[in-house]
Amino acid sequence: MLTVDALKRLHICVSFDLHDGECIALQGPSGAGKTLLLRSIADLDPNEGTVKLDGTLKEAMPAPVWRKRVTYLAAEPGWWSDTVQGHFNDWNDALPLVERLGLPPGCRSWSIQRLSTGEKQRLALARALMLRSRVLLLDEPTSALDAASTAIVESLIAERISNGTSIIWSTHDNAQARRVGSRVLVMSAVGVLGEDRS
Amino acid sequence: MTYIQLAYGDLILPALLVVMDGALSIVLRLKLERQLAIAALRMVLQLVLVGYVLTFLFAAVSPLWTALTAFIMVLFASREIVARQKRRLPGILSYGLGAGCTLLAAGTVTIFALLTELRPDPWYHPRYALPLLGMILGNTMTGISLGLDVLTNGLVRERAAVEACLALGGTRYQAVLPVIRDALRSGFMPIINSMAAIGLVSLPGMMTGQILAGVEPVDAAKYQLLIMFLIAGGTGLGTLAAVLGGAHLLTDHRHRLRLDRIAAESSV
Repeated sequence: MLTVDALKRLHICVSFDLHDGECIALQGPSGAGKTLLLRSIADLDPNEGTVKLDGTLKEAMPAPVWRKRVTYLAAEPGWWSDTVQGHFNDWNDALPLVERLGLPPGCRSWSIQRLSTGEKQRLALARALMLRSRVLLLDEPTSALDAASTAIVESLIAERISNGTSIIWSTHDNAQARRVGSRVLVMSAVGVLGEDRS
Repeated sequence: MTYIQLAYGDLILPALLVVMDGALSIVLRLKLERQLAIAALRMVLQLVLVGYVLTFLFAAVSPLWTALTAFIMVLFASREIVARQKRRLPGILSYGLGAGCTLLAAGTVTIFALLTELRPDPWYHPRYALPLLGMILGNTMTGISLGLDVLTNGLVRERAAVEACLALGGTRYQAVLPVIRDALRSGFMPIINSMAAIGLVSLPGMMTGQILAGVEPVDAAKYQLLIMFLIAGGTGLGTLAAVLGGAHLLTDHRHRLRLDRIAAESSV
């Protein structure tokens, strides 16, 4: 279980629990601080308050270990190598996932520059899923995808959830929020979370 | 060894060439005459002053005065490094990093040369120590400022890539390594280029000076080689220390990228 207690970063200040195998849909207007919240949980920005995974404070473990368990996926993912393959430790392990996301096996040698936004988004998701993290913090993971690809991503994540992975899924799509989230939390413009029970 | 001595009067005619540049600037409305005048005046004052200061230092041969002069040279070098950065680390960090790395690199290499090869008596004799330090300092400074500039710009430009690596559990060193490599490459380029072109395109200033002073060209070449090796070593050490130090300062113990530590872009 992920416990967030009085987590503060700039104007946001939030507390909530995320159970194993639960998916929280995170909504709110642009600029409310959804990305700030997800980045702070992953400890990518300086922050105050406490975040625990199964009772262990994030500060109690080295930051890289924490992020392998609580993994943040940016809305616009970054790439440190020129080719697709350079971002995967073991391409053969990743291949089933990559193919399921609708990309051909030959994309291993593709240059990152020639990828479309949607292809980048799917490859970044595959790259993050390879870690088999306990908690995934997905920042608008389907914003650049068509309906078919979005459905694939949603079913893929649903499988992970049924295997016990916890998810926070930030989205601007109200219908998607209700589809994927067992709870919907809405962040207000002043950086406070409220539960949407409608 | 004989050389042709110059009197101040001998400089009047050559100085007219600068006046000619100024006239050109006025005629063509380049608006450079003011800058040119100030630069020329500064050059004259600085060089004459340095001539007298060195005369005093060579007569004194005092370790204290020599060290003080070396220290002031390092301070000017670090000021120059900071001035050349488009994005700067805030205040004291920036100067500290520049001064620390130039001092470490140029100082180590100069002392190394004085103790092992040149062996003047005493080893800190300013006639050897200060010109040597000056030449190494100038080149080390170039390497460091280029390296730091590419590092900070690279981290800002590659922020998404660095953070993607961090978010997937990479350490800060893994995440910034590609940018560090770029920065080190840039820092090394000037010395590699000048080693490749030396002698063909230009005769280095020191070698020219020695030849004019009556030293055999082959001996002057040997001296120049010594200097170039020292410069290469100093640049390598200094750039490495500065880039690693800069990367350390722009990340933190929780393996976060801290671009917020870069001061706002300077307007200069």
